[in-house]
Amino acid sequence: MNANPDFRTPDFGARGGHADSLFRYATIAAGAIVLLVLGAIAITTTKRSWPAFDSMGLDFFTSDRWAPNDKFFGAKSFIYGSLVASTIAVVLAVPVSLGIALFTTQVVPARWRRPIIYLVDLLAVVPSVVFGLWGILVFAKHVDGFYGFLHTVLGPIPVVGDLFGEGSGRGFMTAGIILAIMITPIITSLAREVIDTCPQADREGAYALGATRWEMIRGAVLPHSKGGLVGAVMLGLGRAMGETIAVALVIGSTANISANLFASGDALPARIANEWGEAEGTWRAALIGLAVTLFAVTILVNLAATAVVNHSLAKSQGTR
Amino acid sequence: MLSTKNRSAGLLAVSLGLALFAGACGDDGGSTTAANGSTAKTGATASTGAPTTTAAPKVDVTGTLNASGATFPKGFYEVAIAEFKKAQPKATLTYAGGGSGKGRTDLQSQVVDWAGSDGLVKEADKPNYKGGEFLYFPTVVAPITVSYNLDGVDKLQLSAETVAKIFQREIKTWDDAAIVAENPDAKAKLTGNITVAHRSDGSGTTENFTIYLNKSVGTGGTGIWKLKSGSTVEWPADTQAGNGNAGVAQIVKDTKGSIGYVDFSDAKATGLKFASLKNKAGKFVAPSLDGASAAAEGATVNPDLSYDPLWADGDKAYPIAAPTWILAYVKQTDKAKGETLKAFLRFILTDGQKLAPGIDYAPLPKGLDEKAIAQLDKLQIPA
Repeated sequence: MNANPDFRTPDFGARGGHADSLFRYATIAAGAIVLLVLGAIAITTTKRSWPAFDSMGLDFFTSDRWAPNDKFFGAKSFIYGSLVASTIAVVLAVPVSLGIALFTTQVVPARWRRPIIYLVDLLAVVPSVVFGLWGILVFAKHVDGFYGFLHTVLGPIPVVGDLFGEGSGRGFMTAGIILAIMITPIITSLAREVIDTCPQADREGAYALGATRWEMIRGAVLPHSKGGLVGAVMLGLGRAMGETIAVALVIGSTANISANLFASGDALPARIANEWGEAEGTWRAALIGLAVTLFAVTILVNLAATAVVNHSLAKSQGTR
Repeated sequence: MLSTKNRSAGLLAVSLGLALFAGACGDDGGSTTAANGSTAKTGATASTGAPTTTAAPKVDVTGTLNASGATFPKGFYEVAIAEFKKAQPKATLTYAGGGSGKGRTDLQSQVVDWAGSDGLVKEADKPNYKGGEFLYFPTVVAPITVSYNLDGVDKLQLSAETVAKIFQREIKTWDDAAIVAENPDAKAKLTGNITVAHRSDGSGTTENFTIYLNKSVGTGGTGIWKLKSGSTVEWPADTQAGNGNAGVAQIVKDTKGSIGYVDFSDAKATGLKFASLKNKAGKFVAPSLDGASAAAEGATVNPDLSYDPLWADGDKAYPIAAPTWILAYVKQTDKAKGETLKAFLRFILTDGQKLAPGIDYAPLPKGLDEKAIAQLDKLQIPA
């Protein structure tokens, strides 16, 4: 309490200590709901997918053969497809998103700022099926030739050439590009907020030391917002891994593990969406098993990312 | 006073009407054959809107029927439901689609009142149906085309063996000897690589297409077809997949040298060229509604009204005619629902059949529709 008698202490007492404890319980409840829902999802899906795990054993994760007719279900190629498409998406989207975020916060004149932010955010409003249809009807059709060009140019190079084999407009690369467009607004908007939290004093301090704009960004803005930026990228990655319908439309829907980025493949959620309608019995259980797998893969990727971030934060900012 | 009078007069009319229709209902079993025999008569009654065949549903049904299942007949069911509602404004019917498997699973757990299915229920699954015994009502038949995109070739002819080899990627170019042998006239135009397009989603269309190959040249025949049959099969990795019939049609339309299986109405709507296929009798037949009806006519109908028009006998039979059924429980638990169901099924099997050709579905062949109508009496509706 304030020692100065002239200062009237705000009358918290009138609302009792209750408001505080009420707030406490409300937040605990909100937090608990998240855990409860996640727990409930994990339990039900695992239970309902058990027939598939039971009959397949570890083969469910280690086999790339998916044959509903023979009741044989191996998810490896879909795990691979999910990871490859999301990785392409993140690799393409992160530089662009950070670029847009820095541009709108540090470079652009104030009066242009709002319209640009508005336009980028507008991308986030487009339903995923629209991206998917655009991808399959327009993009896949026209990008085919460009892929062929990349194949002829980069194909002969050893090792790297393996990534750019022959293929069509429907495959990992197209799915990755569509996903990149879809996650760009999410990463951009979070990155912008994070970058905005960099104190003006830090930035002016950098300028005062004679830094150029780029040196200021590199020395003051980026180190300050590193943790938040990685969080933004993780959210984007989560979105990319879980995206269903746009991927289902463009990835080619083939159980295929190939280093060739232009080849057709399939992703976990896309396979579920494609086969759910006709699946019965063990097949249905196996599809729910794919959902459980997606759940696990997403958690693992997030844990790995958190570990990497903590490590690099500890390195750049010292242990806190 | 006046209004009350009017109302009672209206009531009288309605009850009179009801009695009349009940009468019509009563001898329906005997008169259906006659009604169906003379299309002129039923056509006339339909155009004047006078209720003879529509009489049965006119017993104002008020139930709400929810259904899901096969997407293949969805176009037909939607039109049939819309027409049925014109006669029965108090009835509420929905058909959610979602796939045959979804329909069957939903019916098992009694989430829906009836289900659409392109395939039959396996014996092993029957105990899972919580509502007990169920009936198959065949509704329509439709051809599945083998559509292709090849400049200058308008009348491609293929045998089941060649189709099987193409879709298994054993034949990879259009100038393959097997294709040329079946199309000697188009030899000069048969060039380039073949792109195979198939469904990415599980589908009754895939199931019927692969059953056709399996029966003709697979395990049931020469053993050339090795991918077996099912709503998804293990397609080779160097094939293209599209979502839904429209998705496959799109690939075929966009890709020179491509070939894919697409249902008749989507293939027509997309403007694709389709191949004539060699049927069991050794004749090349182009896909058509008549060919599908002919195939259904050539098929043996089982006592439960399941039948298999794929790879059927008959000179005119198109070899990939896909059947579809409505599945409903024998024991109806709700009076309003049961009556609505019966009225709707009767409509689909009588007047509804005439709607089918307009939207590229073939009506049931003569005889099969009568058996299906007769089966309506097996529905047990609580009083």
